[in-house]
Amino acid sequence: MNGYGLFVWSAFAFTLINFFTLYVIIYRQLVKENKKFELKFNHLEKIKYKEAFNQRTNQALVSSNAAQKI
Amino acid sequence: MLNKIFEIIKIISLSKLTRIIVFSLFVIFLTLGLFESLLLSPEDYIQSDAVRIMYVHVPAAWISLGIFSFIAFLSLGIFIFKNKNFVIIAKSFAPSGLVFNLIALVTGSIWGKPTWGTWWAWDPRITSMLVLFLFYILYIASWRLFENDKAAKISSLVAIAGFVNVPIIKFSVDWWASLHQPSSVKILSETTIHSSMITPLLLMTAAFALFSVLIFLMKYNIELIKIKTKGLDRL
Repeated sequence: MNGYGLFVWSAFAFTLINFFTLYVIIYRQLVKENKKFELKFNHLEKIKYKEAFNQRTNQALVSSNAAQKI
Repeated sequence: MLNKIFEIIKIISLSKLTRIIVFSLFVIFLTLGLFESLLLSPEDYIQSDAVRIMYVHVPAAWISLGIFSFIAFLSLGIFIFKNKNFVIIAKSFAPSGLVFNLIALVTGSIWGKPTWGTWWAWDPRITSMLVLFLFYILYIASWRLFENDKAAKISSLVAIAGFVNVPIIKFSVDWWASLHQPSSVKILSETTIHSSMITPLLLMTAAFALFSVLIFLMKYNIELIKIKTKGLDRL
């Protein structure tokens, strides 16, 4: 790198570290919120459960999560 | 009509497949971009290999500016259409915008040392980018400091006020004496940068844009789940 290696590599490393950190933070938040939702959804009474499942966004959430009752 | 569009966006963004596709594309573009920018692209005749910092610095600055402009545009939509979907989308774009702004500032500083001989200068463009960073901080902080409806209004006002800074960043190199060179990549007139350098620049820009979409999808998911979890309580 003609003597500029330290500058070039540190700029690229800083970028990639920031990408990784942001991804991990957001991913952890997503997993946490998913778990909260699943826990509440799976503990609903039968009638409320059906009512909740009829909402399209809830259906999409449940189908993308691990826990599925139906 | 507007609600139908938002419903489609919701369903697409909630799908894991969408995230997998965006993530895969991001990895492909990043790999190609890194290969091009670190190995294949030529060194500059004046800056030598230090020019390679441009391939992370410039795309990061472009994306952070683009995201803030989009947030400001959505914030205007919040006041005009009174639609909460604008709020969620704008809020979900903010974290990646902030990180790209930080990357632009830090990599710019790293680039400044070998080319200008200093880590920092109160140059119009650097200063206006720092102001943009402060607006990002204010925007995100307003979500943490205030309650839902109040936070939406205050953060939107911050974004609209901060948008005034966007043309200042863009034209700062033309309006004032600056250490930065005038734009090399132009949409309306001929680009003055060689194709061997524009290829890695565009590949890295695509990779960065895909990363911001990926973070947006995840953050948008989080916001929707929070709303739906509250909704389950009300059933």
